[in-house]
Amino acid sequence: MTKQERIQRMTDIMVSFIGYTAVHLPDDIISKLGELKAAEDDPAALSIYDMMFENMRLASELGRPSCQDTGFVQYRIECGSRFPLINELEEILRSAVIKATADTPLRPNVVETFDEVNTGSNTGTGAPSVSWKIIPDHDGCEIYTYLAGGGCSLPGHATVLMPGEGYEGVVRFVLDRLAEYGQNACPPLLVGVGIANSVDTAAQLSKEALFRSVYSQNPNPKAAEMERLLEDGINAMGIGPQGMGGKASVLGVNIQNAARHTATLGVGFSTGCWTHRRGHIVFDRDINYVTDTHSGFTCNK
Amino acid sequence: MTETINGKTILTTPVTEEDVRALHAGDVIYLNGDIFTGRDDVHIRVTRENRELPSDVRGKALMHAGPIVKSSDENGFEVVVIGPTTSMRMEKPEYDFIKKTGVRLIIGKGGMGSHTAEACREFGAVHCVLPAGNAVVTALCTEEVTGVEWLDLGMPEALWSMRVKGLGPLIVTIDTGGRNLFAEKKEKIAARKEEQIEAISKKLVSIL
Repeated sequence: MTKQERIQRMTDIMVSFIGYTAVHLPDDIISKLGELKAAEDDPAALSIYDMMFENMRLASELGRPSCQDTGFVQYRIECGSRFPLINELEEILRSAVIKATADTPLRPNVVETFDEVNTGSNTGTGAPSVSWKIIPDHDGCEIYTYLAGGGCSLPGHATVLMPGEGYEGVVRFVLDRLAEYGQNACPPLLVGVGIANSVDTAAQLSKEALFRSVYSQNPNPKAAEMERLLEDGINAMGIGPQGMGGKASVLGVNIQNAARHTATLGVGFSTGCWTHRRGHIVFDRDINYVTDTHSGFTCNK
Repeated sequence: MTETINGKTILTTPVTEEDVRALHAGDVIYLNGDIFTGRDDVHIRVTRENRELPSDVRGKALMHAGPIVKSSDENGFEVVVIGPTTSMRMEKPEYDFIKKTGVRLIIGKGGMGSHTAEACREFGAVHCVLPAGNAVVTALCTEEVTGVEWLDLGMPEALWSMRVKGLGPLIVTIDTGGRNLFAEKKEKIAARKEEQIEAISKKLVSIL
């Protein structure tokens, strides 16, 4: 393949993948929603789960986005330093958004700040957002995609606690935010918590937490235990599907952590809605791809 | 007009004050007739900039929503998908909006607050939740896009008018008698939150 052919191939796959993730939820989310529905006994909550599954079925059957808010596209890239398209990658991902917006179609959601004009293309200054991690001496590229809805981005928050407030302070910060905003953000929610040094790193980690499977655990056993305690505690708050009450308030709680300054305890908080449209696709140097989030996906171009 | 068909309560526009005053928080209803979409920017134009809506919406339903629409050859536009957006964003201007426009139903996602509840009581309107994220199911309830105004605001924020059939289930969350289901639920959540913070914090001591 020539370089131009590689660029075209990768763009086609990304257009197709973004469109697919707007229509089909990830495998882990569908599976988890099924478990939550099976465990529910409140009739009103059950009828909401029924509507969700009917919507998923119709979205797949008709090829339409499952939610009208197809979000603000956020990418996280873990790219090998020797990936052949490393220099072209951001432009590929940007043009994929423009094309997916027209093809799927996605709702144009991106508004330039201060000018307050909708760009019509879902691209703009810093849109789509891209966060990079370079993997030395590697020739493949992993891309996380996320169609971040407005409703579930609204609860987002970050702060720096004093270390004396401790992990109890983290619990209060997270539960306060959920009690105030959780009902309106389309629960059951996926909750991402970042624990790090300062607001920027904590907030970034809280978003990265939303890229992890609902079935994953933090590798640190203490953090994993805190994920479990938060999940049980938030469910016990009784927010329920659509905030109207029920057994489950969350799909899961994922904590991402990093070291901190001895005098700070940074906490970030992000949420994903029940229709959590994130994807993960991995390319090799020849632009062959695999995805572990959407088993039904194939690019037909 | 309100009728009961096969056990379902169905409202048809124009909805009267009597229709909405007969509804209670927790009722589940379905809607036939005329709705229009309005979210942040439409509310700013009508309340803060004091502009008139381009058409009379008395007795119709306001839906907090931004659809995906596509052009169609014959009818101008058709709805690809539509669903409710977070109603709370419109809480501040909603009292003035209801007072000025005479809408009877506000359809959205999540709860609203005391400004809206006060307007519902005073002018005769209800807020209903349509379970969100179900944009295909909801799109299939829309029969026709009957108009669009203020398209300069962009597709999500424009004022779309459409005719719907069987739009629902709409769960009444704020009624004309002063009840507000989400506010009641929120109080319970807040109380349980304090219990859970204490319980989790105790358990953390043993693992950290």
